[in-house]
Amino acid sequence: MSETILKAEHLKKIFTSGKKTFTAVEDVSFELKRGQCLGIVGESGSGKSTIAKMITHLVDVTEGNVMLMGRDITNAKGKELRRAYQDIQMVFQMPMESFDPRRTLGDGIGESLRNIGMSRSETKRKVEELLVRCGLTREFADRYPHQVSGGQCQRAAIARALAVKPSILICDEATSALDVTVQKQVLELLSELKEKEGLSFLLICHDLALVQAFCDEVLVLCQGKVVERGMPDEIINHPREDYTKVLVESVL
Amino acid sequence: MSEEKQVTVRKQKIKKNHIKGKLIFFLILAVLLLLTAIFAQYICPYDPYAQDLMMAQKPPSVAHPLGTDRYGRDMLSRVIIGSTTSIFSTLLLVVIVTVVGTGIGIICAWNHGKVDTVLMRISDLFLAFPGLVFALAVAGVLGGGVHNAIIALAVISWPKFARLARGLTLAQKNAPYMMAAQLSGSSTPKLLVKHILPNIAGPILVTSVLDIGTMMMELAGLSFLGLGVKPPMAEWGSMINEGRSMLQVSPWMVLAPGAAIFVTVMVFNLLGDTLRDYMDPKQRNR
Repeated sequence: MSETILKAEHLKKIFTSGKKTFTAVEDVSFELKRGQCLGIVGESGSGKSTIAKMITHLVDVTEGNVMLMGRDITNAKGKELRRAYQDIQMVFQMPMESFDPRRTLGDGIGESLRNIGMSRSETKRKVEELLVRCGLTREFADRYPHQVSGGQCQRAAIARALAVKPSILICDEATSALDVTVQKQVLELLSELKEKEGLSFLLICHDLALVQAFCDEVLVLCQGKVVERGMPDEIINHPREDYTKVLVESVL
Repeated sequence: MSEEKQVTVRKQKIKKNHIKGKLIFFLILAVLLLLTAIFAQYICPYDPYAQDLMMAQKPPSVAHPLGTDRYGRDMLSRVIIGSTTSIFSTLLLVVIVTVVGTGIGIICAWNHGKVDTVLMRISDLFLAFPGLVFALAVAGVLGGGVHNAIIALAVISWPKFARLARGLTLAQKNAPYMMAAQLSGSSTPKLLVKHILPNIAGPILVTSVLDIGTMMMELAGLSFLGLGVKPPMAEWGSMINEGRSMLQVSPWMVLAPGAAIFVTVMVFNLLGDTLRDYMDPKQRNR
């Protein structure tokens, strides 16, 4: 079996506003192996995105640990965190909003490369290469987010995520905002990456069909807790928990 | 495209060009004012400080289009030379207030903790005071002079910009593109300068241009009350003060600098208004 690349242990997130507290994620553990794809499904508000944001440090972890290739990055800051970002990248739900409206797509894609000290000309070349690899043309580097379609923007977002050659790609509802045909194209791009580059995926979505086609293992999340886990086919064809049954039925 | 739609599109284009034309017009006027301020000493027909008591308090004539003051100094020359002090100290004030206020606002929004609470309560405190009265107190403590007047007005004016910048930053801070930039390994200063600042600059710029007029009035007000520029230096506010006692006999001594303030404030306010219309995304995309 291949090595464990990302490990989450007993993750917990409590949001506080004033005196009220809300437990968004409770005791979630999982392991992601190199070249595999782990799906996290659940309805809106079940804590899927919060898990993704905890792993990428976009929200703080209340309890638990995140281990990246054996390193504990739960409380990583500054340089250490930026080094972790070279291994973990994320594609967001809203393609348009995930690019700075006042900067070109090329700027956005090249930002991480510039930040690790790559020269301007080298970055430009690399950005064009990434765009082509993600099924766009070089000209897209000079366009602004509002000048391209959602699907093109999401391809650019994937190009941006791939720029630093990460080992793990977190897709937080990456295809939800796209229409069906574009969704298919983006998915094809993702599976190509999975096969060719050996990238590991953390796929967060509510689309069970997508999970079935794409993932090696699935977690079903309900109100912040893992209610069921296993192979996608098994879960979809023989759901054990009531919540999973409801989820499966709501799709079919 | 239907004919009706074409007509509306054309109308919108005309409207858009109209705003652009207005913007250029007011920009030219503002630049003219600035040029006057820069080259004031070369434009003056007479030496603005040369006294000639034989010519004192003369009404407007061909030789002295705006009359003379009680020491016989040419009013036109004094109004022109006064523009240097009035316009540049106002611009300096606006720049200071914008930069300081925006900086504080961004820091508050970014840290959003104790620092934010403390600084925002202080700004509430300043906003609760009637501005000019407080500025009077500050200028009174510091003593007269242009520099102190600028400091006094800067002290009372920064909270407005801090509030604005804070609100705008908070709106951008959690946008997905900020998360993406963070994931790209950008450090906090980079995030602030490369992403936050360009995205909040528009409204702040408009506000500061709109504030030029107000600031000019307040600076002139302080000078009028004797807390700004000291005589014999020419400045519009203090010139109005000098002419005040002779308003009945020789009104041009008050009217000339008054008109200068009026015109300048008007130009900058209209420029700000037009800039706001121009940068309004709703106007732009319609």
